[in-house]
Amino acid sequence: MTANTIDLREKSHWVWRETLAIHRRAPETRVASSLSVIDIFVALYYGGVLRFDPLQPLNEERDRCVISKGHGSICMYPILADLGYFALSELQRVCHAGSFLGGIPDPVIPGYETVNGSLGHGLGVSTGMALGLKNKGSDRSVFVVVGDGELHEGANWEAIMFASQHKLDNLNLIVDNNQISMLGYTDDIVSHNSLLDRLSAFGWDCVEVDGHDVVQVQAALLKMKSSSLGKPKALIAKTLKGHGVPGLENAPLSHILNPKPELIDSLLEQKL
Amino acid sequence: MNTKPRAMRDVLLDRIWRAMADDKTIFFVTADFGSPVLDRIRADFPLRFVNVGIAEQNLINISAGLALEGYTVFAYAIAPFITMRCFEQIRVSLALLSEVRPMNVNLIGVGAGYSYVVSGPTHQCYEDITLMRALPNCRVMSPSDHVSAGSLFDRCVGSKGLKYLRFDAQLLPVIYEAGPPDLELGFHVHRKGERICLVATGYMLHTAFKVADALSEVGYSVGVIDLFDISHFASGSLLEELASYAGIVTLEEGFRGRGGIDAMMFELIARNNMTTRIHNVGVEGAYRFEIGSREELHEQVGIGQGVVLASVKKFIQSI
Repeated sequence: MTANTIDLREKSHWVWRETLAIHRRAPETRVASSLSVIDIFVALYYGGVLRFDPLQPLNEERDRCVISKGHGSICMYPILADLGYFALSELQRVCHAGSFLGGIPDPVIPGYETVNGSLGHGLGVSTGMALGLKNKGSDRSVFVVVGDGELHEGANWEAIMFASQHKLDNLNLIVDNNQISMLGYTDDIVSHNSLLDRLSAFGWDCVEVDGHDVVQVQAALLKMKSSSLGKPKALIAKTLKGHGVPGLENAPLSHILNPKPELIDSLLEQKL
Repeated sequence: MNTKPRAMRDVLLDRIWRAMADDKTIFFVTADFGSPVLDRIRADFPLRFVNVGIAEQNLINISAGLALEGYTVFAYAIAPFITMRCFEQIRVSLALLSEVRPMNVNLIGVGAGYSYVVSGPTHQCYEDITLMRALPNCRVMSPSDHVSAGSLFDRCVGSKGLKYLRFDAQLLPVIYEAGPPDLELGFHVHRKGERICLVATGYMLHTAFKVADALSEVGYSVGVIDLFDISHFASGSLLEELASYAGIVTLEEGFRGRGGIDAMMFELIARNNMTTRIHNVGVEGAYRFEIGSREELHEQVGIGQGVVLASVKKFIQSI
């Protein structure tokens, strides 16, 4: 293993622990969907994929990263704090009165680009940003992270059609494909069958990866970012909702289950 | 002077087209809705003209993304579709987001009230005033002729934020021959009267004039005010203007008693502890499928000149 892979894996584990610790203090947060997406965000922010400036979060020279599955991105709190967007001590105050870190992230948080609480909006807005960047002659990229359940919202498919029509190859969609929404497996609710086939049929350049192999995710993201074939691009990351937590991992109702505080304590002790 | 009426949309689109040559930050987005003037924008500025197709949710999302990248965006579609099909997109990515990010998005909705006369309730629009003014940072503008409609361009490019322009789809007689109204004030006093003042918006300003003329013939002198900035009018100035009247009549081409300008006047009067009586003219609360001229439809739903004149007379006599 190279230094890079060790770093990324260690970072993923640290974010996993911090996310559980936040949930231990603030059980209002949605933990299961925040655990499936950790390796994706770690690869984006620590894997050399995104250009960003924590001191100037909206710097024109940044790559845009839109976190559409807002409820399931509590893991971004430790990442943004660690990178210097805000103080680490803020993590102690999640969901407390006066904190800017709520149960569902708002765009008042440095590092968040858009309103994310309501699902199905991020991809369309990202598509407009990608069009705007192209028009300005900017070579910056737009990344947008969605959940597979969120793709039930029809507005996504309006944007998916539009992006390929306009050859927005600066637009990078990442699907946290944990295959569970609130009331069960998406395959039992409204199945996407193969998202790769569906998005490919809509004119997107797609690749599938193991979303919990952070090194594989990093490699795929770097390759995706550098390709410009006149097509929007999608990374479909196969993940597990509630990753790493017994009883929660891949449980159909994991979205609304809260692991017991004692279980979290024992997990945090075990993996020290 | 007798200015020939033009379509509201054409006059505004003409202003946009003229401005786009110099102002490279203007982007025009349509949901497959056109006009002859729009063809010029499409031909001359193909890189800053986008047709998203029949997809109003995406119309709003694309507009939001462009606005975040610094563009002044005009989004264009039929009024009920650009407000109601995509209301949550407007709420989340325009109203909420513009609280923390500078954005300039101007929604142009064509087809206020019954202006798509024979198209029925899907294409008619009687709810938009209520819905759009429910968004606290959305500026809702409802002009009554093409002169005032065209002048809104200055407001659109001159101030950031979310705006909704409620345009009639028909040619309406010119009211502002002498020049557009004061956009800062948000209302315009056309006639001063005694005891009763008619406060109207959009197409209903024309009905208000007819009703005022008819009342004048039988000896009643009533005031007429155009309330064209429905959300951000200068309320103190309007109160001063209304202070001398014993009664106010609101006229709107939208559902009565559902939070339109009728509710706004009630709020304004009640909040200021005034005793002014209020009578509301608006569409009786039901969806209907009759076919007829706009005037005939208006009579059927309680906002035609005949029924309004009768109800206003009664109101005057009750005061």
